[in-house]
Amino acid sequence: MSNHVTTRTQEEIAALFTEDLVTGVGKSVKHDSAPKHVSGEAVYVDDRLEFPNQLHIYARMSDRAHARIVRIDTAPCYEVPGVAIAITAQDIPGQLDIGAVLPGDPLLADGKVEFIGQPVIAVAADSLETARKAAMAAIIEYEDLEPVIDVVDALHKKHFVLDSHAHKRGDSAGALATAPRRLQGSLHIGGQEHFYLETQVSSVMPTEDGGMIVYTSTQNPTEVQKLVAEVLGVPMNKIVIDMRRMGGGFGGKETQAAGPACLCAVIAHLTGRPTKMRLPRMEDMTMTGKRHPFYVEYDVGFDDDGLLHGIEIDLAGNCGYSPDLSGSIVDRAMFHSDNAYYLGDATINGHRCKTNLASNTAYRGFGGPQGMVAIEEIMDAVARELGKDPLEVRKRNYYGKTERNVTHYYQTVEHNMLEEMTAELEASSDYATRREAIRAFNAASPILKKGLALTPVKFGISFTASFLNQAGALVHVYTDGSIHLNHGGTEMGQGLNTKVAQVVAEVFQVDIERIQITATNTDKVPNTSPTAASSGTDLNGKAAQNAAQTIKQRLVEFAARKWQIFEEDVEFKNGQVRLRDHYISFEELIQQAYFGQVSLSSTGFYRTPKIYYDRSQARGRPFYYFAYGAACSEVIVDTLTGEYRMLRSDILHDVGASLNPAIDIGQVEGGFVQGLGWLTMEELVWNDKGKLMTNGPASYKIPAVADMPLDLRVKLVENRKNPEDTVFHSKAVGEPPFMLGISVWCAIKDAVASLADYRAQPQIDAPATPERVLWGVEQMRRLKQAAVSLPEPAVETAH
Amino acid sequence: MIQFLLNRELRSERALDPNTTVLQYLREYRGKTGTKEGCASGDCGACTVVVGELVGDRLRYRTLNSCLTFISALHGKQLISVEDLKDQGRLHSVQQAMVDCHGSQCGFCTPGFVMSLFALQKNAGAVNEYDPHQAHEALAGNLCRCTGYRPILEAAEQACGDRQPDQFDAREAETIAQLKAIAPREMAELSDGEKRCLSPLTVAELAEVYAANPDARLLAGGTDLALEVTQFHRELPVMIHVGQITEMKQVQIADRHIEIGAVAPLTDCYAALAAEYPDFGELLQRFASLQIRNQGTLGGNIGNASPIGDSPPLLIALGAEVILRKGASSRTLPLEDYFIDYKVTARQPGEFIEKVRVPRATPDRLFRAYKVSKRLDDDISAVCAAFDLQITDGVVADARVAFGGMAAIPKRAAACEATLNGAPWNQQTVEAACGALAEDFTPLTDFRASREYRLLVAQNLLRKCFLEQHAPKTETRVTAYV
Repeated sequence: MSNHVTTRTQEEIAALFTEDLVTGVGKSVKHDSAPKHVSGEAVYVDDRLEFPNQLHIYARMSDRAHARIVRIDTAPCYEVPGVAIAITAQDIPGQLDIGAVLPGDPLLADGKVEFIGQPVIAVAADSLETARKAAMAAIIEYEDLEPVIDVVDALHKKHFVLDSHAHKRGDSAGALATAPRRLQGSLHIGGQEHFYLETQVSSVMPTEDGGMIVYTSTQNPTEVQKLVAEVLGVPMNKIVIDMRRMGGGFGGKETQAAGPACLCAVIAHLTGRPTKMRLPRMEDMTMTGKRHPFYVEYDVGFDDDGLLHGIEIDLAGNCGYSPDLSGSIVDRAMFHSDNAYYLGDATINGHRCKTNLASNTAYRGFGGPQGMVAIEEIMDAVARELGKDPLEVRKRNYYGKTERNVTHYYQTVEHNMLEEMTAELEASSDYATRREAIRAFNAASPILKKGLALTPVKFGISFTASFLNQAGALVHVYTDGSIHLNHGGTEMGQGLNTKVAQVVAEVFQVDIERIQITATNTDKVPNTSPTAASSGTDLNGKAAQNAAQTIKQRLVEFAARKWQIFEEDVEFKNGQVRLRDHYISFEELIQQAYFGQVSLSSTGFYRTPKIYYDRSQARGRPFYYFAYGAACSEVIVDTLTGEYRMLRSDILHDVGASLNPAIDIGQVEGGFVQGLGWLTMEELVWNDKGKLMTNGPASYKIPAVADMPLDLRVKLVENRKNPEDTVFHSKAVGEPPFMLGISVWCAIKDAVASLADYRAQPQIDAPATPERVLWGVEQMRRLKQAAVSLPEPAVETAH
Repeated sequence: MIQFLLNRELRSERALDPNTTVLQYLREYRGKTGTKEGCASGDCGACTVVVGELVGDRLRYRTLNSCLTFISALHGKQLISVEDLKDQGRLHSVQQAMVDCHGSQCGFCTPGFVMSLFALQKNAGAVNEYDPHQAHEALAGNLCRCTGYRPILEAAEQACGDRQPDQFDAREAETIAQLKAIAPREMAELSDGEKRCLSPLTVAELAEVYAANPDARLLAGGTDLALEVTQFHRELPVMIHVGQITEMKQVQIADRHIEIGAVAPLTDCYAALAAEYPDFGELLQRFASLQIRNQGTLGGNIGNASPIGDSPPLLIALGAEVILRKGASSRTLPLEDYFIDYKVTARQPGEFIEKVRVPRATPDRLFRAYKVSKRLDDDISAVCAAFDLQITDGVVADARVAFGGMAAIPKRAAACEATLNGAPWNQQTVEAACGALAEDFTPLTDFRASREYRLLVAQNLLRKCFLEQHAPKTETRVTAYV
């Protein structure tokens, strides 16, 4: 108990009481780790102090895409000085498979390999370089089997990791047959490497109880705990996961962190020594899954106004060799193949293609972006077909407010903000004027062409596996009034800890400085869901609010009792407490409550209300609410090389009542740039043997500083609380802004379409690398030439 | 033994594997884990540190990628890492700017950005002057996956706009004295018994030790050589570090030539080349990253004989020569004859590039260079083109056309040149010359580009060159939008 409580007069406390809390919700509080980030003091797993006997682990990866393992001989590994152990699948004491939802991911290859990069053996030595050298010394013999590398090939062969699934509303075939106009097309959408700056890393210490303390960079501590327990064959209560911070996650550490953690645990178990496994960048990019590439085929029927009558879309996700999370990811692609639009009679088919590549996994948006790219491509194609501005066609097809407001999975779109937001953005970005200016520029500029596009985002918030929508928290108030906070979410840079602390600060009406958040830890908050699906704050913020309110209610009841006042007379504000007409400080109240034998610790829990979904019927309300956004981007394209530059982007994004505008804007801008990277320069290239050729930042290019738009104007929608009862009526912000990047891809296509007078849609698959753009340019030039030599309008309806 | 300042502390390292990178040294030997490994290939900037060195009597601070810098390169210099910026419990102004502007999210790239901002602030022209172009250049080699860069640029503006004297300013005289005291006076050697790195101080010394150790690997900036260790896991038993040879770092402008010492960092080559050939300057600004250009040398870019090195096509088109030295003798070779086949050069065992001689611009010649890559900054060219044309009375009197990325070596386009030479400089000639490019090159398809794209772009770049000269008001470059 502190003896140094500041004594203030009643007047002073009363004056403080009238002031607002400066670090509560809605304030741009700085990221709690920022001073540590900038000074190098923030500790990541690889920075932890090492034990002298710690082993470093390297996994030797398969160099075959599909093969039977004929022989493994690890004896040569032991000839390298410093090697402690070399293990194969046979050495795993418990369960071999670490598949997240369904089996299919052996920790080490068992009898066969299914992609280049699959871990076959793991070697532990006194340094990473020694472990690597020893692992490469092992003899592994293969008998090659036929691989499937191409997603279209897999689709045609019906080579799937899971069954296909459909969302159906109405009679799409009939609608297509009777629609005045009809278009068919196909599109390849590239995958994306997460490129978290910190690669996968885990460090494990054996405990005296036969368990493990696991320090790991994961979005999913409970899952790692469960899998470590399973590979060791021990109960979960032997395993503790400690996760202070990740150097970026983006979905890439939802399931993919488990492998290194489990290998560390197995080897720690076998040797009794602490272990660490950090993947060098090339190994990380080769071994771990990425965003799913998709192949899309569509057939759309519409009228002369561009209004959709019916649609059929086939979404084929390239899942790689195992199911991982592909079931839900392709589902989410299907859920978002409407984006903001009422599709009419629709059939959306989702296929989960099996290829001999690393198992593709969660990545910001979780399939949603791919579904949205598909429908935005269709919007553009319809507009070109009709010679209309694509924005006109988009707006024409927006969900209505009272009719045409039910999705193809039968959820009613409530509180739709896109019409107003689009109008506001159109005005603030000066869309119409710039559209005219760009047409004039393009007419006068033979080589450089400008493009403009305004695209909307409507993104469904909630895990579509409904049970995951739950969270826990733990709050302790110590006798000096300082507060310790834990919750089940993980901090990967998104500012979750800061936001959750703001929530607790708001409930107690104390300054955030008083609140300490420590590492996410499975022995503090158990049975957590992954920090994913943008849900971190919605779920954990609510759970922490619940815990804090429980304690606060105890304090209120205690105060009413002690000071003989009504509960309504007890009010917390700005670190002070009013007891009817008397004031005390928060810490004074805490002291008194402690002496009054009040419990100052509580767990909190939350589960999302209202949601349900029947997958067998493909009907329900999978999403608690939708987050909205819109972006208007302008680009300039060099029609001789296909190079381009982002000139300007205006963004208007909906986060409900923002918990922290600075952090939310950081998510919006960062998501947008990541999204534009995905659709422009970030190209994954595999060779015909299934080897990833773009396996490092020299060959795989994520946006650098020059790739952000030269003029970037980001605004959050103001004074629009989330109508649903979310944490302080905020909205999730992690994933939705990613899809604002689609505006850049559409703007590039718009620039290219100018070459054929905007009457044809250039076939530019994603990502729109300079090469793909140049081929689009060539396609438009050919069409234009053909048009010049024809008497009739160039682009006929392609029935 | 090598000696350097670890911030303020004098370190004398005797027994250390010369294959040790500065990043490993900081993290594993000194327990300074603030500097991060993001890629170990010099492409992400998370490991950026600042090295201070004496230039004349002044301190100069430059960023480099610690993952690509072997420890011997620190000899006689000051190493500053992110831990050194906080002073008496207070954040440095660049650190505070990053905090104030919400410039960190996950924080893993942040130490690298902080060091780039620190060097930017130190090198900003006048006090309290923010030059957005300079900031972009300083940050182009640092990747951030979280923020989208806007807040980091804002931090740059704050840090440069409100520059306060810091502890490094306060200790400047002391640091200069410390560096003078450890200035190399004789050839240094770092070894751990089996592996050695020698650092000669003069060309003559280099010629001697290289002749005695013809199998040694020459270490200049090391930005390519270090990849053999960090990415390909080879061990380099003997290295000769040439970065201490002052006479090989000179850039001299003579009447008809610019003479560039082979070890001059690309950063130091910029001014002379850009003044003469603006397109060379533009290309150099997109050449890798500032960290790499602070380390990498023109001699190294030639010496490693990569088919995708960015400077050779330009130098070949300009008719540059290399001066090769072996023992006491030297010879001069046109650069185009230096490259023989993929990674095969005319360099003999024990021979090294001493200088590069670049002809100065003349009013009758037209020089254009273009780099085409997936990403504008810090990317390897799919195609790099250079045109050096002498046009007299509307006729091409002499054409020198060279490409990178189109063949196993940087190479002149003989058929294209032959078509141009003696022909009127018009569209018809250009189209014929474009056709000839298909005879000159059979490019490869790889993950950067297809052969068809490479060939079409090569042709289009000649068309662009013509257009720029013929219709100079036409906008042709997206890079002009800044």
